[in-house]
Amino acid sequence: MIAASGWLAIVILAAIAIFLFFNATRSFEEVGLWKMVSGEFWYPTSDPAQYGFLPSEAGSLWVTIVGLVVCVPLGVMSAIYISEFASRRFKDIAKSLIEFMAAIPSVVFGLIGLALLVPWTQKLFNLDTGLTAFSAGVMIGILTLPTIVSIAEDAMHAVPQDLRMGSLALGNTRWQTAYKVIVPAASSGIFAAVMLGLGRAIGETMVVLMLAGNSGLIPSQPFVSARTLPGTIAGELGEVIQGGQHYSVLFAMGLVLFVVTFLVNLAADSVLERQRRRWRR
Amino acid sequence: MVERTQTDGAFELVDVSVSYGNEMAVGGVTMSIPEHAVTALIGPSGCGKSTLLRCLNRMNDELGDVTVDGTILLDGQDIYARTMDPVELRIRVGQVFQKPNPFPMSIYDNVAYGPRTHGLRGKAELDAVVEESLKRAALWNEVKDALKKHAFELSGGQQQRLCIARALATEPEVLLMDEPASALDPISTQQIEDTIAELKESVTIVIVTHNMQQAARISDRTAFMLRESMDRPATLIEIGETRMMFTNPGDKRTEAYITGRFG
Repeated sequence: MIAASGWLAIVILAAIAIFLFFNATRSFEEVGLWKMVSGEFWYPTSDPAQYGFLPSEAGSLWVTIVGLVVCVPLGVMSAIYISEFASRRFKDIAKSLIEFMAAIPSVVFGLIGLALLVPWTQKLFNLDTGLTAFSAGVMIGILTLPTIVSIAEDAMHAVPQDLRMGSLALGNTRWQTAYKVIVPAASSGIFAAVMLGLGRAIGETMVVLMLAGNSGLIPSQPFVSARTLPGTIAGELGEVIQGGQHYSVLFAMGLVLFVVTFLVNLAADSVLERQRRRWRR
Repeated sequence: MVERTQTDGAFELVDVSVSYGNEMAVGGVTMSIPEHAVTALIGPSGCGKSTLLRCLNRMNDELGDVTVDGTILLDGQDIYARTMDPVELRIRVGQVFQKPNPFPMSIYDNVAYGPRTHGLRGKAELDAVVEESLKRAALWNEVKDALKKHAFELSGGQQQRLCIARALATEPEVLLMDEPASALDPISTQQIEDTIAELKESVTIVIVTHNMQQAARISDRTAFMLRESMDRPATLIEIGETRMMFTNPGDKRTEAYITGRFG
């Protein structure tokens, strides 16, 4: 029974890949995979239609980079504070608030972004529109924060108290103890936290749909409107003919996204595994 | 090497009490701990030995909700005075814990950890401190060709001697040891005890131990602590020359404990 449920996960994963692949076959035959992945123009409704993924890929890249720049330092620092410095009372309150924050639907973050972040971005950087990869990235960074904080905090919390006491007893301050012993000892967990955050940021759909502006051009920097892979799929799937060429192209895009997130997780796993082996010795 | 004004590392405790929250765990301890000697704290479990030990380097401060009353002087200096920085104190008063707790890094980095924090940077100087400390902890011969090896690759006994070396690297005047051999096999215990015997030439050692034979073997002075009932704090029953304590104790309760009638 347990073995069966273990296999079930693998079967479902394979089923998703196969399902995406079959729905995307038409686009492979009629457009070609390489032409889509490396195509510069996304004009699905012009004649002849052009299905280049590069605008969405570049947009995803910018949004994710901005998101990580926001959430990694902030998240790791809050985790250090909560784990190593905060009083027990503050820690309990902060941890439950963070879990609550993780439960807020992303559309709410999108609304807040539209009301505050978008106009601020426009004014602050003197842009034509605040609907940019930057605004979406910042909001995604905030959205991803709880994931990173809680996993990184768990990792630091799991470092044996003995090590903490050993460092303090050698005349180190709490801060020195945190960055010289606790963070290195918890580095694999912190890395896992960042990778999970990355996975979340790449796949996040609603916030980019609302904040990124969904332009069809390839963004060369984050302060312009952009679209992302999940944003394009979600935004257009409702308007296409089922089984049509455009429909099939969106499935190919889904397949690309699936492969990218799969590779990110695989990379994270192999690093974690290597760390774990080193620890075991 | 770090220059320091030569002090001896003698403690004077006057009416020291320790409370966890509202509950007093240790009450009214007055005793002297002479320099360059081994003082053993013995007594049954829960008698406050470790709690008292942690007062001497103010590690109780880190546990939260612990209050220490009374006076503790280290070479005449009040270590709970407002002007005393616990971080500075812990450079002078090192500690070795019950379970070996090497940091997840190389043998070399473990020993160099303290000196690096306190500003020693030169490679030659660090090399010298690491070698000296490992020699004093009687580990040098076993690891001198493998200083880059991860500390977790050492055996339990070696790890504990590494922790002793790590504590010695900041050149403390006092070394506190909280049952340092209780997690080790007899041979490793023997090695730790030999190390302690050599170290007392240069540092004051205060050791908590459950093992009365160990206290008798290695210590010069022995303090016996006891918590006689759960609604009263633990107290110091008596302290004296180890030989006297084990052959002709002044108090009946000490005699009962060392002859194995309780605890």
